[in-house]
Amino acid sequence: MTKPRALVLRTAGTNCDAETARALQVCGAETTVLHLNRLLKEPQRLEELEILVIAGGFSYGDDVAAGRVWGLELRHGLARALRTYVDRGGLVLGVCNGFQVLVESGLFDLPGESQALGDASARDIALTNNQSNHYECRWVTLESLDCACPWIAPGELMPTPVAHAEGRFVVRDETVLERLKANRQIALRYVTEAGGPASYPENPNGSAEGIAGICDPSGRVLGLMPHPERNLDPWQHPRWTRLGPRQEGEGLGFYQRLVDCAATGIGV
Amino acid sequence: MAISAVPTQTTTTSALPDAWRIELFRKHPADDPDAAGLLEAARELGVKGLQQARCGRGFLLSPSLDRPVVDSIARELLADPVLDDLILLEPSQQPAPPGNAHRILVARRPGVMDPVALTIERTLIRTGIVDERAKVLVSTFHAWELSGDLSREDLELIAARILANDTIEDVSIDGEGLPFGRPPAAPQHGRVEVPLRELDDEALLAISQEGALSLNLVEMHAIQAHYRELDREPTACELETLAQTWSEHCKHKTFAGVVELEACDPWPEGGRYENLLKQTIKHATVTLDKPWCISVFHDNAGIIAFDGDWDVCFKVETHNHPSAIDPYGGAGTGIGGVIRDILGVGMGAEPIANTDSFFVGPPDYPVEQLPRGCMHPRRILRGVVEGVRDYGNRMGIPTLNGGVWYDEGYVANPLVYAGTVGLMPRWAATKEVQPEDAIVVVGGRTGRDGIHGATFSSIELHEESEMVSSAAVQIGDPITEKRVLDALLQARDLKLYRAITDCGAGGLSSAVGEMGEHCGALVHLHSVPLKYPGLTPEEIWISEAQERMVLAVPTEKIEECLEIFESEDVEAAVIGTFTDTGRLVLKYHQEYVADMSMEFLHDGTPKPTRTAKWVGPGHADPGVPACEDVHATLLKLVGAPNTASKEWIVRQYDHEVQGRNVLKPHVGVKADGPGDGAVLRPLADSTKGIAITCGANPRYGLIDPHRMALAAIDEALRNAVAVGGDPGHTAILDNFSWGNCDKPQQLGALVLAAEACRDAALAFETPFISGKDSLNNEYRVGDESIAIPPTLLISALARVPDVRQVVTMDLKSAGNLLFLVGLTSAELGGSEYFRSLGLEGGRVPAPDLQLAPEIFRALHRAITSGCVRACHDLSEGGLAVAAAEMAFAGGLGLDLDLARVPSTGLPSDCDPDATALFSESTTRFLVEVEPEQQGAFEAALDTLPFALVGRVRSDEVLELRSSRGEPLARFSITELRDAHQGFFQG
Repeated sequence: MTKPRALVLRTAGTNCDAETARALQVCGAETTVLHLNRLLKEPQRLEELEILVIAGGFSYGDDVAAGRVWGLELRHGLARALRTYVDRGGLVLGVCNGFQVLVESGLFDLPGESQALGDASARDIALTNNQSNHYECRWVTLESLDCACPWIAPGELMPTPVAHAEGRFVVRDETVLERLKANRQIALRYVTEAGGPASYPENPNGSAEGIAGICDPSGRVLGLMPHPERNLDPWQHPRWTRLGPRQEGEGLGFYQRLVDCAATGIGV
Repeated sequence: MAISAVPTQTTTTSALPDAWRIELFRKHPADDPDAAGLLEAARELGVKGLQQARCGRGFLLSPSLDRPVVDSIARELLADPVLDDLILLEPSQQPAPPGNAHRILVARRPGVMDPVALTIERTLIRTGIVDERAKVLVSTFHAWELSGDLSREDLELIAARILANDTIEDVSIDGEGLPFGRPPAAPQHGRVEVPLRELDDEALLAISQEGALSLNLVEMHAIQAHYRELDREPTACELETLAQTWSEHCKHKTFAGVVELEACDPWPEGGRYENLLKQTIKHATVTLDKPWCISVFHDNAGIIAFDGDWDVCFKVETHNHPSAIDPYGGAGTGIGGVIRDILGVGMGAEPIANTDSFFVGPPDYPVEQLPRGCMHPRRILRGVVEGVRDYGNRMGIPTLNGGVWYDEGYVANPLVYAGTVGLMPRWAATKEVQPEDAIVVVGGRTGRDGIHGATFSSIELHEESEMVSSAAVQIGDPITEKRVLDALLQARDLKLYRAITDCGAGGLSSAVGEMGEHCGALVHLHSVPLKYPGLTPEEIWISEAQERMVLAVPTEKIEECLEIFESEDVEAAVIGTFTDTGRLVLKYHQEYVADMSMEFLHDGTPKPTRTAKWVGPGHADPGVPACEDVHATLLKLVGAPNTASKEWIVRQYDHEVQGRNVLKPHVGVKADGPGDGAVLRPLADSTKGIAITCGANPRYGLIDPHRMALAAIDEALRNAVAVGGDPGHTAILDNFSWGNCDKPQQLGALVLAAEACRDAALAFETPFISGKDSLNNEYRVGDESIAIPPTLLISALARVPDVRQVVTMDLKSAGNLLFLVGLTSAELGGSEYFRSLGLEGGRVPAPDLQLAPEIFRALHRAITSGCVRACHDLSEGGLAVAAAEMAFAGGLGLDLDLARVPSTGLPSDCDPDATALFSESTTRFLVEVEPEQQGAFEAALDTLPFALVGRVRSDEVLELRSSRGEPLARFSITELRDAHQGFFQG
């Protein structure tokens, strides 16, 4: 198995690049952290990758709306390169702000004819203000679902922290949800610790049907609000002093599956 | 003389702006939580007629843009196709009247920082939507639409109290005018002299007051004498530079000054300090001379050794006055400023944790009793929490520790302390400017914001502070600072500069003045990048515009250094050179606007002598009355303002970012137990950690400032020890916020506290490594001046030998033993129990400086040996509150036997049960130990005072037995938890 090559993309306000890169490295990916300015100048770098991660943070301060500006920059500067990358089997992960960016970029949508990405004004999903109307930093339980993403193992429960102000997943109307389900695009949802349906605070933002993460119809593009890269070590779980000895945090397995999938190409 | 007065606003809000206007309203009320928040806030304010509200986000764009471009900006960048309804108006087009709703427009005044507008301007250029040369101007506003039975007075009240801060914002009620454009330019001038050699005292003081220089008569005399000697008049720039450099905020004139002690109770013989700071706080550090102290007191933060070649540094700042006037902006720029201290310590450190502590008025303070010109404590607290949240979270630095203290003494003068911990390689601990190095300013542009912040924070607030000091308020732009951080650490590691400092109080004048103190500097003020044209040379020089750092860059590295900043979209400009002349020279275009000796600037401050005395409050000793209803009292104390859950604040801070934390602010089964301190693991390849904790108790200080300071240090240290910090490798920081120390009684309290700091630091062997004081926290209404309680915040930074050994405060398993470590005595002066009874006076808790360090060492031994399952410090509310917190945090019950509590000499008028339950004696811990580990734990504590006082139960019941062995009270942990969470939650 060759070492997959991963690129963690950052820009002004990105702040999860270091721990995200560490997760990928620990899991065996050859990882580079790169500023958006460089990728805009050298889009061919995408050709040398198996994994592209849009790291979390507050790109451009969440000004206007979380992920809006970066999403627009991808539309204007990298649309064709991104489409080509995904079409040839490249994997994309967006975490927290990275998820917001992916939604804004149109990469989850099916492009129209002669377009690389979905049209900005035709977007029918959004991530917006939490129901509590403020930033929420807390641990939640994520359930992975049967979906198009080849490296998501359905039925697992994963404790993970969330930290965001605009993470509530909304759709324009019910037909959008039906389409997402039909396309097997709903990848992760918030549940109670026991795995049941979650309400606040287990569902920290009031997302429709507890949706925490989705993928594109091809399954190669995945975005989620929670931060598995903040649960790599045995000592990051909020109750680790009450639990028995632990080898690692549950978030490590999440990244391991991503890296393994990129290495083998199975299902992509 | 108005050498840098802000020009009066010439924009009027009555005119329709000459701009494209876009307003976005949410389609669905559920997506408009600001509106829901307004309805609630209006109710709280007593406005009953408001029935519906919606909040529109508005944008103004240059009229020169073409319609298709504006369309595409609106649809691609501004509006959300799922969530928003879009209204687009052509320049000077009147908006359609909104039916029967009233409209309130709120816009930032021209020149006030508007980060969203800046981001939009940049984005339009970066994406090529508009051409850079088009110089597109953007501004933002909010359009509120309110309906119901609302009078003009109601609307004005809502606007003033909820929607706008008129220090920085313009409001238009039922009018469609909005400000748009650059702020007006000040009258241009080059070199201006301020004739003062011939002036009398009155005229000298008038110059200081009118120019907001905060220089007193003695200082004005020193300046006058200096310029008489030079046989010329000072320039405006020179006078401003002196005012900034000599300000209390920058120079700490009082703390480093001469203090004459009047004979009084604490000093029967009187006495004298030549330099209070050196002889107390710094004295302890020098005497202890710890080899792990790498850099103390002289730099932007204190640095201590951490692990191998890595050090950690810590700084805590106060940002009180700006937060009183603009809580959100003040707190945000407070945290932004202390982060820059860390970026500017040595060669720069990576910020890895923030702390914040607030001292505010009670949230239920009666509105009608508010002093004129003051905001309600609720608005202040919400504002400062949001300010820290929005700045700290955007910086990607976890906010991990802090506290909130409520007291009526802070109604007019809220206190905001912000701290940052940094991580740095050992080689980066020192810096040295060399002549010929370029002076490079990086980060935000300079504008007319924050003029006279340093001198403003050195004077008392008064009713019109809001009006006169609007220019002293700054709005932060955290993403600019994050860009600076990202670029700076790269430049540091490439060694592209030789020295660095932050632009804080006093702006460039302080930063360049400090860096060039031992050599000299020449600055070209016209080379400083400006936000908008029209600043005078003085304004450029002293502006406290945020997010700027100053570097000393060797000539051969300038190009590479500028490239690094450019690659991260950070502006960097060479503005001058360091010299070997010993002079500070400022040029503005072709003119010299200042030329002064560094020596006079830094050492010419006259050292005034101040008098101190202390007369205690003289309360009668109330003894310790028995508690008539233990059940009700404990529920009240668990939910008392100072002990109640602060979870509503903590959850709004990102305390997980960077993935380094090992102990979070809240712990336990439901993560609702208040932990004693945060623990971080800074390096991914090491299991060494650091603990960050704090301690304060201003109510103690009102009775006995000496014992208060001892107790605050003990509290910070015991919090650190409780989570696993090594008391043998712990540094502490002092932050004093005090009343006017020209008053002997205020200064007397300060001297007492400073002496206690020295004594405690020596006894605990915990050196002070950094500190800051804010000594004029008074509020004048008419002839009355209200001082805050003497407030000393102690912050501790302890090394944790191995993070795998850290301990949390939640009970772990039924059947485990509970030990009480330390001695309990009748120390309830300033306690929560006395507050609940309305009692004044009493003995203030303070540690036994012989015994306390031994207890800390022994408990640390026990924790590192692995025989401790849970540990919680006893503080506000005493044993009873600590036990209750451990129980509900662990989801387990507890038997607690008061007869076993180790105590010392209770006077006969002290009820033994009330004392055992609620005394706040220091250096005490509750420790949970497994029965098999009892021997090991007892061996670690050896002959020190401790006792087995209880046992963990499985049934979620806390049961207290009295000192006579009788059942005293029973609680379900649910009612304890509910009480803990029952207080104001935002």
